[in-house]
Amino acid sequence: MNGKFQSPTEDPLLLRLVLSAIAIGFVALFLVLPLLIVFKEALAEGFGKAWAAIIEPDALSSVKVSLLAAGIAVPLNTLFGIAAAWAVAKHDFAGKTFLVTLIDLPFSVSPVVSGLIYVLVFGLQGWFGSYLLDHDIHILFALPGIVLATIFVTFPFVARELIPLMVDQGRDEEEAATSLGASGFSTFCRVTLPNIKWGLLYAVLLCNARALGEFGAVSVVSGHIRGQTNTMPLHVELLYNNYNYVGAFAVAALLALLALLTLVFKTILEWRYADELAAMHRH
Amino acid sequence: MSAFGLALTPMNQRHRRVLPGFGLSLGFTIFYLTVIVLIPLSALIIRPIELGPAGFWAAISTPRVLASLRLSFGMAALAAVIDSFFGFIIAWVLVRYRFPGKGILDALIDLPFALPTAVAGIALSTLYAPNGWIGAILIPYGIRIAYTPWGVLVAMTFIGLPFTVRALQPVMSEQSQDVEEVAATLGATRAQTILRVVIPALFPTLVTGTAMAFARGAGEYGSIIFLAGNLPMVSEIAPLLIVTKLEQYDYAGAAAIGVVMLVAAFVMLLALNALQAWAARRR
Amino acid sequence: MSLIIDSVSKRFARFPALNGASLTAPQGAFVALVGPSGSGKTTLLRILGGLEEADSGSVRFADLNWLAMPARERKAGFVFQQYALFKHMTVADNIAFGLRVRPRRERPSNSDIKDRVQELLKLVQLDDLGTRYPSQLSGGQRQRVALARALAIEPRMLLLDEPFGALDAKVRKELRVWLRHIHDKAGVTSIFVTHDQEEAFAVADLVAVMNAGRIEQYGTPADVRRDPKTKFVADFLSA
Repeated sequence: MNGKFQSPTEDPLLLRLVLSAIAIGFVALFLVLPLLIVFKEALAEGFGKAWAAIIEPDALSSVKVSLLAAGIAVPLNTLFGIAAAWAVAKHDFAGKTFLVTLIDLPFSVSPVVSGLIYVLVFGLQGWFGSYLLDHDIHILFALPGIVLATIFVTFPFVARELIPLMVDQGRDEEEAATSLGASGFSTFCRVTLPNIKWGLLYAVLLCNARALGEFGAVSVVSGHIRGQTNTMPLHVELLYNNYNYVGAFAVAALLALLALLTLVFKTILEWRYADELAAMHRH
Repeated sequence: MSAFGLALTPMNQRHRRVLPGFGLSLGFTIFYLTVIVLIPLSALIIRPIELGPAGFWAAISTPRVLASLRLSFGMAALAAVIDSFFGFIIAWVLVRYRFPGKGILDALIDLPFALPTAVAGIALSTLYAPNGWIGAILIPYGIRIAYTPWGVLVAMTFIGLPFTVRALQPVMSEQSQDVEEVAATLGATRAQTILRVVIPALFPTLVTGTAMAFARGAGEYGSIIFLAGNLPMVSEIAPLLIVTKLEQYDYAGAAAIGVVMLVAAFVMLLALNALQAWAARRR
Repeated sequence: MSLIIDSVSKRFARFPALNGASLTAPQGAFVALVGPSGSGKTTLLRILGGLEEADSGSVRFADLNWLAMPARERKAGFVFQQYALFKHMTVADNIAFGLRVRPRRERPSNSDIKDRVQELLKLVQLDDLGTRYPSQLSGGQRQRVALARALAIEPRMLLLDEPFGALDAKVRKELRVWLRHIHDKAGVTSIFVTHDQEEAFAVADLVAVMNAGRIEQYGTPADVRRDPKTKFVADFLSA
């Protein structure tokens, strides 16, 4: 109308183009390309070969081990997350910050260290090493060790998602329910759970993805026994180190698909329930 | 991040437990943490003690260990800076611009978070190998990435990106635009507004995100070992050295390095909390 | 040097926020735009401030084609309801901001800036609070800082968007008187948006009663009260 109007809160067009290009370029280069390569290499010799690599007995056994480890770790961690969030969000007590910092710990610790600590406890030269040897109990180089390492690495996920959510939501509804005579369990099921259900679902999904994909910690405790104590990521490593690239990428593609599924799920949750999520956060 | 903004709500001062289930939830939480976290962690801290102070110092000050620590922390710092720069731009574009497909870009940011590290590792290794899509482009310029320390940098940059972007996004989107409008009415150009008003307000968050990316990169294992070359003194990261020592049954030596990494992580966490508290006082 | 607003219109998507608003005011006048929410008063204010673009119409002020200038050249100080103070800067830095961002040629020296800031702190009665941060001030104090910041640039026009809306009734009454006093001292043309008709009529020289994007009546408070020209105005005054 009167020449070009420049809104004070909008970046000039040139800047917008440049920044968008940089952002998209960086993401394409660092994030998208690796993803594409996984599928390209998996299918390099055709779908048949990729499929064969996945249903090969050792590969299937690795899938089984992964699912088993996640199947134990995720529910336990969910239980922990709910308990921790209930204690922290709905009550006051001394040492709360310390507790919360402790819960954050695995996030700051190297995955290798996460596995190392269990070796130090259960390994041959560890605290219980000789005891376990004498009683023929296998923690390390067996499923229990893998489960423990997986639990350690993934237990913060549910708690970290639920605690701020439940803190945000306050205690009013639960207090109202209690004053009306509801038991603790009943209050949780009928009042708290409906309010946190989407956050909980997302947290469980993320926890699961991470549990299936954990590499460093599990690598240290598993012993890499082909066909027995290899999880899927470890099997990928095995195949890759043996120059079986198609095989390695085929199993990797499976894991990548799971990761993508988790992302899609998350996006759908956020998109469809954005309003509910926002409302949940702003009680 | 860690403190979750846990101030006691004014309405619920300390006194009687209003809500039930406190004992059970807290008890279970503490039990879980003790078994899964505290006991194994104490093994990590106690184990190097058998070396004695001189022995501990000797274990961590060998040239090989120092080189690995320098590599892990040094490259993590560099990667974190790269991630903070590009992460800022990406967060800016995601929050402030509108274009088709933006939702996909947003979802992709979580990829390094959801994708198993081993999968990322073999993908990056294939991409940046001399005959890989990217490696082949760079070779004529004399730039080698795979199997060199630069591979470490690339992997850490991949891993750390979600931390900076996700830290900045919520804060950026909550920023109200009226400060930008005011700055314009006071005579500031768009550049001045961004440099003097918008960015300083985001600085604490940027630091938090960068520190988280740093912590993650320093401890990373799976995505790096396929890409780095792993030559002692040159491209061997600290977590890999821990694994090597474990395989040689040098538990104490491995634990010593683990302690160093743990202490570094702790110091970082404390510094972060202090920074957040300081920033909160000024808001 | 009067302000001439002529048939300014603006629509957001399909909603006509402003539908041909016109008024004239002499230099140095204190004009209140009053009306219910959605009446277009804030939209008109923001257009005057350069924060929104008008679809049609024109504005002339100080002999300038007002709407053709970008916000940062207009020297129209803007005061927001939520203060919009720069939280990471001290009070003094907030007030000095408009002076510091001037191009080198027009920028006063650091000591001049310091003196001006002190002067303004005194004017708004916040003498010792220069080194505080906005988070350490009360709502009323913050708004006074916002006003000082707007005055620092020696504005041609002062635009206030429900400046006391976030404050409690008592503070609101005190600040309204104080604002009028500042206006008289500074002699700057001021446009003041409010939904509170008592407030508008108490402080302004000229009142524009707005409804659905139009100015229903415009005149001195006494004239409008004595002689409401439309049913809306009559109802609005008696509310």
